Parts: sequence; C-alpha cells; structure tokens
Amino acid sequence: MNGLVFLIPVALLLGLGGLAAFFWSLRSGQFDDLDGAAARILIEDEDAD
Amino acid sequence: MNAPLPAQGLIAATPLTETSFSVPGMRCAACISKLETGLPRTAGIVSARVNLTAKRVAIAHLPALTPPELQAAIAGLGFEAQPLGQALASDTADDSRELLRAMAVAGFAAMNVMLLSVSVWSGATGATRELFHWLSAMIALPAVAYAGRPFFKSAWAALRSGHTNMDVPISIGVVLACALSLFETITGGAHAYFDSAVMLLFFLLTGRWLDSVMRDRARDGVSALLRNTAPGALVGDAEGRTHWCAAAALQPGMVMHVAAGERLAADGVVLDGASQFDRSLLTGESVPVPVALGALVHAGTLNLTAPVRVQVTAAGADTAIADIARLMEQAGQSKSRYVRIADRAARAYAPAVHTLALLSLVGWMIAGAGWHGALLIAISVLIITCPCALGLAVPVAQIVAAGALMRAGVLVKDGSALERLADADAAVFDKTGTLTLGRPEPLNLDVLTPTQKSVALALAQSSRHPLSEALRRSLTAGGVTPATLTDITETPGTGVSARCGDASVTLGRPEAIAAGLACALTVGDAPPVMLDFADALRPGAAAAVAQLAALGLPGSILSGDNVTGVAIVAAELALPAQAAMLPQDKLDAIGVLAANGAKVLMVGDGLNDGPALAAGYVSMAPASASDAGQNAADAVFLGDSLLPVATAVRVARATQRIVRQNFALAIGYNVIAVPLAIAGLVTPLIAALAMSGSSVLVIGNALRLRNAALPK
Repeated sequence: MNGLVFLIPVALLLGLGGLAAFFWSLRSGQFDDLDGAAARILIEDEDAD
Repeated sequence: MNAPLPAQGLIAATPLTETSFSVPGMRCAACISKLETGLPRTAGIVSARVNLTAKRVAIAHLPALTPPELQAAIAGLGFEAQPLGQALASDTADDSRELLRAMAVAGFAAMNVMLLSVSVWSGATGATRELFHWLSAMIALPAVAYAGRPFFKSAWAALRSGHTNMDVPISIGVVLACALSLFETITGGAHAYFDSAVMLLFFLLTGRWLDSVMRDRARDGVSALLRNTAPGALVGDAEGRTHWCAAAALQPGMVMHVAAGERLAADGVVLDGASQFDRSLLTGESVPVPVALGALVHAGTLNLTAPVRVQVTAAGADTAIADIARLMEQAGQSKSRYVRIADRAARAYAPAVHTLALLSLVGWMIAGAGWHGALLIAISVLIITCPCALGLAVPVAQIVAAGALMRAGVLVKDGSALERLADADAAVFDKTGTLTLGRPEPLNLDVLTPTQKSVALALAQSSRHPLSEALRRSLTAGGVTPATLTDITETPGTGVSARCGDASVTLGRPEAIAAGLACALTVGDAPPVMLDFADALRPGAAAAVAQLAALGLPGSILSGDNVTGVAIVAAELALPAQAAMLPQDKLDAIGVLAANGAKVLMVGDGLNDGPALAAGYVSMAPASASDAGQNAADAVFLGDSLLPVATAVRVARATQRIVRQNFALAIGYNVIAVPLAIAGLVTPLIAALAMSGSSVLVIGNALRLRNAALPK
C-alpha cells in the first residue's frame, strides 16, 4: 500500500503533463494545418546554406 | 522548418500589412514551396505562409502593395487566387477549439477517475476507498466545472427563454451526480458516481466536437470557392493620377478605372469607353451585354473586353447587390426557426426522465426507504437516463454521412441541413447555371482542322471574352497545343486578330447574323469558319431530375431568363416552368409553395436566386455559383454534373434512418436500464458499463453510413 503514495501522484502528474503538452501544441498552432504539415516534410531545403 | 526567413531589415523599418488569399488550386508540397519561396522574390512581399488545409496563403507585405498586385504575383507563379475579406480571413474555428480543449480535460479526468474507480470496484474498502473517492472528487469536480461549461451555458439559456433542450437533462444529471458523490465521499459512503459524470461529459463533448468540425470543414471548403466582388477599385483624381481605393471607402462621384477582366466594386455610370459586361452575378444570364457611354452598370458585374471609366453613383450598402443581400437576410430568418431533431427528441425526453426520477423518489419515500436511500435511487435514475447515446446518436451519424457526401462532391454546411434535406418533398430549379452549365460550350469543334484548332486556341488564350474562354477550355481539354502568333491585338466588340507566319488570322464576331451565340475563325484568305455555341444542360441533369421525382421530389423551374430560352430546357426535362421572374417573384413563388405545405428544395446559383435559396426549406448551389448563392445555400455540390443533388437527398434520408435507429437503440437501452435503476440495483459499475456500451453501439451503427454516397 505504501507504493500508492508515490504511484498515484506519479500517474496524475504524467497525465497532467500530457494534457499540458496537448494544450500547448493546440495554442502554438500545430493543429492548424494538418495537411500542410504532412506535405511539408517533402519540401527540399534548396537554400540550406 | 521550411518557412522562409523574412528579410529582417524590412521588418524593423516599416509596419507590415497582412493579406490573406484563397488559392483553391494548391494541392501538394511543391505548391507550398513554390508559393512560400516564390512570393518573397516580388519586391515588397516580405513573407508568405501557406495553410494547405484551408487552401489559403497569408502574405506579409509593405502597405504600398495593393490586392490586385499581390494577386498578380500569385498568378505569376501559376495559381489563381482570390483575396479573402477580413471576416473570412480571421480564423473562425474558435468554437471547435474550445470544445476540443473541454474534451481533452474531460478525457484526462475520465481516464484517471476510471483508474481509481476500477480499484474501488475490485474491492478496495475502508480508508483506501475513502482516499480514492477523495482523489476522484479532486480530479472530477474541477474537470466538470471546466468541461461542462458548453452544456451548462446552453441549458441555462434554454431554461431562461422558457423551453428545454438536450442540455437540460445533461446538466441536471451531471450536477446532481457530482453533488451526490461529493456527499457520499464526505460521509464515507460506498458509491460515488464521479466516473459516470466525467465519462458522460467526455462522450457528449466528442459528439459536439464532431458536429462543430463538420461545420468548420464545410465552411472552409465553401470559402475557398468564393469569388468575391471586387475588394476595391483604382480611382482617378482631377490631375489624372490614380490610386487604389477599398470598396468600403468608395464615395459617389469618384471615377473608377476598370480594366478588362475586373469586377466592379460599386454601381455607376460609364463615362467613356465601350465594352461588354458579364452580368451573370446579378441576372443569372451569361450572355454578355454591350455597354457604352452613359450606361448604368452595377457592382459585381465583370468588365470583359475593354477598359472603361465609371463614375460611382452608389457604393457599399446602397448598391443593387446590397439590396438583394438584405432581401436574403430577411428570407433566411424562417430557417433559423427550424428545430433540430435532437432538440425535438429532448422536448419529449427531458420531462419524461425528470418525472420518472421524481416518482421513484416519492415511491421509495412512501415505501419507507428514508431520505438518503430514496435520493440515492432517484439520482441513479437520472444518471442512467442521461442521454449519452442520445447525444451521440445524431452528430456521429451526420458527420459520417457528411464525410461520405464530401467524397462524392457535396459539401453540407451543417447537420440541420442534412435533416431538412431528408424532409424535402418538392424541388425547384433555377435554369441558367443550375440546370445548364451557365457558360457557353462550343458545339461544332469537329469542323476545324488540327492547324485551325491550334490557331483558334492561341487566339482564344489572349482574350477574356466568355466565348474565347469556352473555346480555350474545350481545346485545352482536347489536348491541342497553341500555335505561335505575333502582333496579337484585341478590338472590343469585334474580336482578336494576329499574324501566324505570313497569314493573318482573326477570331471574332461573325459578319453574317447567326441564330444563337457564334464566332467566326478566319485563317489567311480562306473563308471564315463559323463556330456555334450554346449553354448546354449539365451532364446528368435529366437523370438527377428523374431520380429526385422517384424519391418523391417533383421538380419545377423558376427562371429569370426569357420565355423562349426557358421553354427549350423545360421541354427537354419535361418540367413545368415559370420564366422572366425577378428575385422578389422567386421568393414569392417559394412562399406560396411553402404556404401550401411543401418543403421546398431550392437549387440555384445566381445572386438573383439568393433570396429564394435563403427562403427554401433547404437549398443547394453548384460550386460555380455566385458568392451570395453559395453563402445562402445549405449545401454546395462540386463539378459539372447535377447528379450529386439526388445523391445528397438519398444520403440525407439514409442518415435520418440511421438516426432513428440510434434513437431506438438508446430508448431500448433505457427500457432495460431504467427499471433496474428504479429498483435500486444500479451501482456505479453498472452505470459505467451501460453508458459506454450503448455509446459504442450507436457509433458502430452510424459507421454503416460510410459508403452511403456510393452509386448503387
């Protein structure tokens, strides 16, 4: 039972971390252009100098 | 990542303006990099950022650059672009964003509370159970307060205006479940329903969010197709200098310089120059009208052949276009009175559920269960009847159907449009642009030799006359390559002439009077070849009309065109027709049909159809329709064929069938669960199982609509 003292806060903190990460990505516009994000990895950086 | 770096020096020096353009033609990574690296090479453009999902590009540029110059820069890269108005350019997906956040919070809480609940159900007792209940309360209460807001707000608004909707039983159920569980937690009771409350919110928010995403996606699709009226005009002053003036700032008395191919931004009188105007946006009639000195021209019409100067007589809210817009707004108000099927169900459901809960409270009190026990049972009745499956039944079916329709080329603007489409029992069509393609098509291209074809294409390419455009489209589609020409000149009202090698070639108005639309192609000394044009019926028009009739939607035609033109189409499709109708007449005709109890599906495209589209019980417009037409319509179909109209009605009916089945499933579940709850047998474990079980069942049933739009 003593394990619970650590495990429950750890589980909650991990969950909260995931939630915070999702909120951050939503706010920073990472879900604004899903098709574009898929296409952009195919663009070659011509002027990568 | 691959975003081009803006020129740092420029940013520091001048404040930048950002203008958004809709670029429907972009599809791939190559288009993104072409626009994002190509545009900043134009002097004055600092950076460009593409959004491929919304098919938009946002350009940061120096204020000196005007929208037409930016448009030309995009055109230089090979894309057609339309400037977006401020209202459209701003991101309107805030609603979905809000719901998504609420859904994330509810999902997080549901998972963690469920984790704790499972341990309680598997036999935790005493201090452990109390600790877990307290932890659940600490997670669930803030989560419910945050994620429940959309429901609480809507329920409060409904109650205050004196009626009830689906959100009222939801809010009451959730709030009471939380209050009871908190009481149980404080007093060390055995059962807490925190998991049910947050899971319920999570499922319902999923349904809400899907509904909202569907609306956003259709709106994005439609706004990418919109062709704006001119956002402004080049205005000349007394000294002959010109400057760009936005449409909103135009004043009567100003003189607009309207180039060939430009749309008018205001009503006015032609001061000098002679040209032809395409008035299809206003009248639905695609044949160009000649205008000369003193002619009255309207905002939204397209100058086709030669530059003219126009003195503004009315701008902004005083233009003929704005009048029609006002008519539309009034006509559209009837539509907002439509009550969605879920809310209609809730009107019967909510009082029934609340009466049942109250009766079980009173019943158990009389049976001698005591305050606490009776209240516990009454609240478990409320929780078990909370319309979880009912809340998902409609949106899931509708979003699956809308996805299927989107693949079949129909953009449905919202769920209520699907519901109304299924109810329609009469169809009214506009003629020009709806039953017909709304553009002239060449009829006898076969008479041309390959050389003549390539000369014709080269000549047609250099003119914006609708007949030239039609010729260019058909010849390009036929795989013809243009000949090389020199000395190309266009004479307004006469045609295009040029030199091909030694021979002089012309494409223009025939000298002999032709019966319909026609133009003559002359190569060298050979006699001219006559090319005939006509506004052809849409492919599948006859089949679509027949299918609609078979579905119980007999059709008729309301057209603003003259009697002879309408008679030909009416005879070909065997439909009753009324001709020479003004926008107000069409509106009245729809009103008469509606007064006789018909639920009219209006299919139209022009601005002149706008009021009728807004007044119809439900309405559809082709993607080629005017801006106003697409805005007023409930659904937009892509491509030339008219068949998607019949498909849309068929899918809407299938959706309605699935929705009714889902309601039946949800009610069947209640028939089993409610007696259990009233008998006092429902524990939180049973509530959780019943809730998720019925939701999964309803979603699975809705997924059967995935292929509903496939041809049978």
